[in-house]
Amino acid sequence: MSAPAASYLPAGLPRPVPEPDGLDAPYWEGTRRGELRVQRCRACRGWQWGPEWICHRCLAFDLEWTAVEPRGTIYSWERAWHPVHPALRGHGPYVVVLVALAHAGGVRMVGNLLGDPLQAVTIDTPVEAVFEAHDEATPPFTLVHWRRTA
Amino acid sequence: MRNVIPTWERSVVGPRSIRGRVAVAGVGETRYYKHGQAPEPEVKLALQAILAACADAGLDPRAIDGFASYSNDRNDPSRLAAALGIPELRFSNMQWGGGGGGGSAAVGNAAAAIAAGYADCVVVFRALAQGQFQRFGAAPPAATASGEAALTFPYGLISPAQRFAMKVMRFLHDHGIGPGAQRAIALASYHHAQNNPRAVMHGRPLTAEGYDESRWIVEPFRLFDCCLENDGAAALLLVSAERARDLRQPPAYLLGVAQGSEYRNAARGHNAPTYASASFTTVAPRLYAMAGVTPGDVAVVQSYENFTGGVLMSLVEHGFLAADEANEFLTLDNLSAPAGRLPLNTSGGNLAECYMHGLELQLEAVRQLRGQSPNPVPGARVAMVISGPMVTPVSSMLLGTEDVL
Repeated sequence: MSAPAASYLPAGLPRPVPEPDGLDAPYWEGTRRGELRVQRCRACRGWQWGPEWICHRCLAFDLEWTAVEPRGTIYSWERAWHPVHPALRGHGPYVVVLVALAHAGGVRMVGNLLGDPLQAVTIDTPVEAVFEAHDEATPPFTLVHWRRTA
Repeated sequence: MRNVIPTWERSVVGPRSIRGRVAVAGVGETRYYKHGQAPEPEVKLALQAILAACADAGLDPRAIDGFASYSNDRNDPSRLAAALGIPELRFSNMQWGGGGGGGSAAVGNAAAAIAAGYADCVVVFRALAQGQFQRFGAAPPAATASGEAALTFPYGLISPAQRFAMKVMRFLHDHGIGPGAQRAIALASYHHAQNNPRAVMHGRPLTAEGYDESRWIVEPFRLFDCCLENDGAAALLLVSAERARDLRQPPAYLLGVAQGSEYRNAARGHNAPTYASASFTTVAPRLYAMAGVTPGDVAVVQSYENFTGGVLMSLVEHGFLAADEANEFLTLDNLSAPAGRLPLNTSGGNLAECYMHGLELQLEAVRQLRGQSPNPVPGARVAMVISGPMVTPVSSMLLGTEDVL
């Protein structure tokens, strides 16, 4: 249940679990291996995210999970102040970013932007993924955060 | 893609339009309360609002034969029909989708039932007692998250404000819009609420300084950019245009209703292709085409405020201003009744009258056309309601007076 000492947000937020029908299980398995996986259609080679059972372009039920380079740019962002969950009370502000992966069809991923929670954030800034493993959780899971590319 | 229906065969003008065929004959609401403070259970509030709408119309509640609502209202039409001793239930309808996106669609669904002959007198209602049930703005108590929630909740992106701030931040960035635009929308609602004794914020005015000094909820939303959460109930009574003319109030005729959202709006994890949108880019053109009016014909607008940034995008998508004009156009003067260029949320709306899940906006649009608004726009003949920005499906509607038909 405890988060790693270096976790960006405090322990106690809802833990991600795969959907009961297994749709997104390969994504979460990938994060445990330090991979950022996105759906790609074997028939038309189109990228797809979030996950679905069918390709929205060609309607093939033939999607594979492809590990993509975990880099992108900030598409949008927000700084959250009001604690909407008991685990966030007294924690202070934090930054959530929406990151676009240009090399994977422009699909977008939600994560936290590591670093000073009061930092100025600029849309289009390049970022890279940071995998935050929660090995002690039941079941274990890994979150995907982002930091500015050096 | 092949085999799609050509645009000219999808036209909604002509016989496939609701224009002028159905009217709102009565409106009613309970007293509006702060959340958790209603002294009555939710179903009793619903019944009270329905009876108030009947009294307003001068119609026996036993004439009701249908119910329509949205956002999974908990008050089942069969129970309401039994409670009210309604002789025969002919239509019960729930608009899919959460938030306030279904407010105008529910009116459209009720009107379609009347036009199609399924029912003759349909109530559109919404009731909320959040003390009895869970609040919208608080996180669900679950220990785990799956599906869409798994992609956002562990990162502290949980509440509606947090979900939609991301869209609005991008829109503000794309168009160089400063904080004054959202502030003006908040000030307009509070300004209008001061003349409305029904409003929860009646007697509690908001200044520009008070807005600027309010705390951040999630940037770019301050406290006063966010809707209230309230208890109460509201109802509208719909009948055919012919029947409405024999009732107590001047009919507010439905000119058009449209619902839906853009291509892949619900793509998970914030992947909608048209991302920085209130979801009306395809809905609004269909609404105007059905109603046969243009933005310049609309005298007064009620636009659902979950968050002021959503109103901003809604007004742009309904053609009242270009996004690049927002800094100049969106001022308290321009948004105020009676003489502003675009009187907005003239009862106080979700920010300052009551968060009746937006249905108070439909009531206010009807009252504007009757000249019964607390902030009347003189001579208003066409009124718009925009329901539920940034969710999917959304909906919007146009009402008009007799002389618009």
